[in-house]
Amino acid sequence: MAPAVKVYGWAMSPFVARALLCLEEAGVEYELVAMNPEAGDHLRPDFLAKNPFAQVPVLEDGDLTLFESRAIARHVLRKHKPELLAGDGSPEAAAMVAVWLEVEAHQHHAPTDAIIVQCIVVPLRGGVRDQAVVDENVAKLRKVLEVYEARLSASMYLAGDSLTLADLSHFPMMHYFMETEYAALVEELPHVKAWWEELNARPAARRVTAIGVQAADRWAQERGKQ
Amino acid sequence: MAPMKLYGWAVSPWMARVLVCLEEAGAEYELVPMSRSGGDHRQPEHLARNPFGEIPVLEDGDLTLYQSRAIARHILRKYKPELLRSDNLQESAMVDVWVDVDAHQLEPIIRPVVFNVIIKPFTGSDCDQDLVDESIEKLKKTLEVYEARLSTSKYLAGDFVSLADLTHFSFMRYFMATQYAEVVEAYPHVKAWWEALLARPSVKKVMAGMPPDFGFGSGNIP
Repeated sequence: MAPAVKVYGWAMSPFVARALLCLEEAGVEYELVAMNPEAGDHLRPDFLAKNPFAQVPVLEDGDLTLFESRAIARHVLRKHKPELLAGDGSPEAAAMVAVWLEVEAHQHHAPTDAIIVQCIVVPLRGGVRDQAVVDENVAKLRKVLEVYEARLSASMYLAGDSLTLADLSHFPMMHYFMETEYAALVEELPHVKAWWEELNARPAARRVTAIGVQAADRWAQERGKQ
Repeated sequence: MAPMKLYGWAVSPWMARVLVCLEEAGAEYELVPMSRSGGDHRQPEHLARNPFGEIPVLEDGDLTLYQSRAIARHILRKYKPELLRSDNLQESAMVDVWVDVDAHQLEPIIRPVVFNVIIKPFTGSDCDQDLVDESIEKLKKTLEVYEARLSTSKYLAGDFVSLADLTHFSFMRYFMATQYAEVVEAYPHVKAWWEALLARPSVKKVMAGMPPDFGFGSGNIP
C-alpha cells in the first residue's frame, strides 16, 4: 500500500531535506515525489494547486497539504514524535524550542545561505563567487556562532538538555556549509563543533545525506549526458 | 506573581507583534521602554538578556525569551491557546504554515518598502525606488495567493482567527500608511480581512502606540 505521506521536491534542497529529516527521525513511512527545478516542475499548475507560492517541499498527509519546511517539520513531529518539539514537556522547554527555531530561521539561515550560494551554487552554475558577499556574511555568521558557542557551553542542546527540532532544523543548511572552506568557523568553536558532529552522526541525518547524494549523482549523470 | 516585562520600543513592528498577543491574551505586562537611537540594545545589560542585541525581549518569571514569533507563541500557549489550535493537528499545522508565509513570503517584500518609503527620508538616505517598484510587483503576485486563500477561508489558517492572522498586523500597519496601500486594497478579500484585523480591540490599542512615521515626525525618535 502506498504511504499516506508524500513529500514533493528535490532532495538537494535543504528545505526538502529539513522535512525528510523529521520524517526519518519520526520513523514515518513516506514517498519522495522527485521534482526537477530545471524543468520548472514547481511552476506547473498541478504543483501550484498544492503550493501557490511555487516552492518545495510540499507535504501531503492524508487530507492535509502543507508547505513551508519549518511548518512541515513541526507537524510531522507534533504528530509522530512530540518529544522532539516538547523537550522535557515544560512550558519553559517549549518556549526555548520556539526561540531557537526562530534563531535558526532569522539569525543563522541568511548568512549561511549567502556563503553556500557563493561558494557552492554559483561555481556549479559556471559563475565566479562574489568574495565581498562571502566576507560580509562570514563576519555575520562568526558573530552568530559565538552566541551558539556560549549557549552550547551552558546547555547540552540549543533548547535545553534534550535534542529537539531546534537542533535538527539546523542540519540541512549546516551540512552544505560544512562542505565549504568556511567550515573552520564551526571547527574553531569546540561546543558548536561537538554539537554539529553529533547531529551529523544521527542515523536519520545520514539517511537524508545519502538521499541527497544519490540525487546529486543522478543530476550530475543527467548533466553529463547533455 | 510579577507581571511579565517586555523590553523594547513600541513603534517597532517586531515589538508590536508581541504587544498584540499580550493584549489578545489579556495578560498583565509591563512595557520597559528602550531607546534605539541611544543604542540601549547594544549595552551589556541588554546583551545579557538577548545576546543577539535585539528587541523585543520578554521576561516571564525565570524565562527570558527573544525572537518576536517565539515570544508570541509562548504568550498564546500560556494564556490563549485557541489562537494556536495546538489541540488540533490539522488546524495547528495550518496556523504554522501561515505564520511562516508571513515570515518568509510577505514580510521580506513589505519590509524594504516600509524602510525605503517611510524611514529613509527621515534618516537622510535616498529611497531606492527600483527596489520599491520591484517589491510592489512581487507583492501583487503574493497578494493573489492571499486573495485566493481568503476567498475560501474566513481567516488564513481556517475559519478561526489565529496567530497566523495576528502576526501580519505589525508590518502591514506601516505598509498601509504608505501610498502603496491601494495595492492591497485592490484585493477585496484581503482588504476585508485587513479591516477585520483593524477592528480588533487588541489591534486598536497597540496601533495607538505606532504613529505612521515611527515617531520621527513628532521628534519621538525610537
